[in-house]
Amino acid sequence: MILEILTPEKKLFSGEVYGIQLPGITGLFEILDRHAPLVSALAKGNMKILKTKTEFEYYTIQGGFVEVLHNKATILIEGATQV
Amino acid sequence: MAGQLKEVRNRIKSVQSTQQITKAMKMVSAAKLRRAQDAIIQMRPYAKKLQELLSNIVSNTEGGSAIKLAEARPIEKVLLIVITSDRGLCGAYNSNIIKLAKQTIHDKYAAQLKKSDVFIWNIGKKGFESMSKAGFNTNDAYKDIFHHLNFETVQKAAKAAIKAFENKEFDVIEIVYSEFKNAATQRFVAEQFLPIPKTAPIKGAKKSDFIFEPEKDILIAELMPKILNTQLFKAVLDCNASEHGARMTAMDKASENANELLKSLKISYNRARQAAITTELTEIVSGASALQG
Repeated sequence: MILEILTPEKKLFSGEVYGIQLPGITGLFEILDRHAPLVSALAKGNMKILKTKTEFEYYTIQGGFVEVLHNKATILIEGATQV
Repeated sequence: MAGQLKEVRNRIKSVQSTQQITKAMKMVSAAKLRRAQDAIIQMRPYAKKLQELLSNIVSNTEGGSAIKLAEARPIEKVLLIVITSDRGLCGAYNSNIIKLAKQTIHDKYAAQLKKSDVFIWNIGKKGFESMSKAGFNTNDAYKDIFHHLNFETVQKAAKAAIKAFENKEFDVIEIVYSEFKNAATQRFVAEQFLPIPKTAPIKGAKKSDFIFEPEKDILIAELMPKILNTQLFKAVLDCNASEHGARMTAMDKASENANELLKSLKISYNRARQAAITTELTEIVSGASALQG
């Protein structure tokens, strides 16, 4: 699936990934390929991008939103730093 | 005669050095303008997606939900966020914004002004100086945002404004700023920040069976402050770009004027020089003829 991470200052990430782990307001969850349409609020915490099944990238995020539609996930966050 | 010559020469020198400064300032502004424009372009996808998200949620909701930040109250206390630049030498840019701010106050909030219920938060030094001198109720807490212009610092100001609105310290908040059109033109606008003005739903919102996590009302409540943060950030970025654009055009004009001034000065310099030579020649010739006679 395609992942796009947007912040007010720049586009942080754009590309094909295997899955993402996100800190939702009600708890941690994971989005994989062909996820159903979803809109969720994100809390402060750590985000894990699974580029492939074994290759990860970590970010600390400030809270925001995620929208999943047509196998494309868009993450809107106000600030993130790569760990 | 020789004295006049020297005067003109000095004048030419001073105009030339001024022109050098204005040319350099123009170049610097052009470089800064490009960076400022980039920043605006970079934030656009974020702002667009945020709006889209909101309209997606709203269009998937049956019946309107009450949004606290959109609640219109009788206007008693007014806050104006006036965004100007920190530095001058950019033509009429700052004075135009200040003029618009004053006009907005007198046109729309004259009654509140009489009770001194109009408050102003200044972003940028120039506006603060001018508006406090004019006797307005100013606050300089966010004056220095342009020193470190990033989302975080702007967000602080936006959060404070939202909180003040929620606590009913203000009943209406407006932003006065200049929208960036291109390097030569700015559009000066006063925009309502809070309560959130009602907008028509954006067309093309998708009707999908979204899973909402948590419920829609909570989502909207979370989304609203983010949109407002982005709105203020956009205004500040717009102002930043406008400032550099205005300075660039002002400095370009100044360099052009200096060129014209130099041209006319050079003509009068040459005239004075020729006149001096002519008188010298006449003196020599008449001296020689007096000797011969």
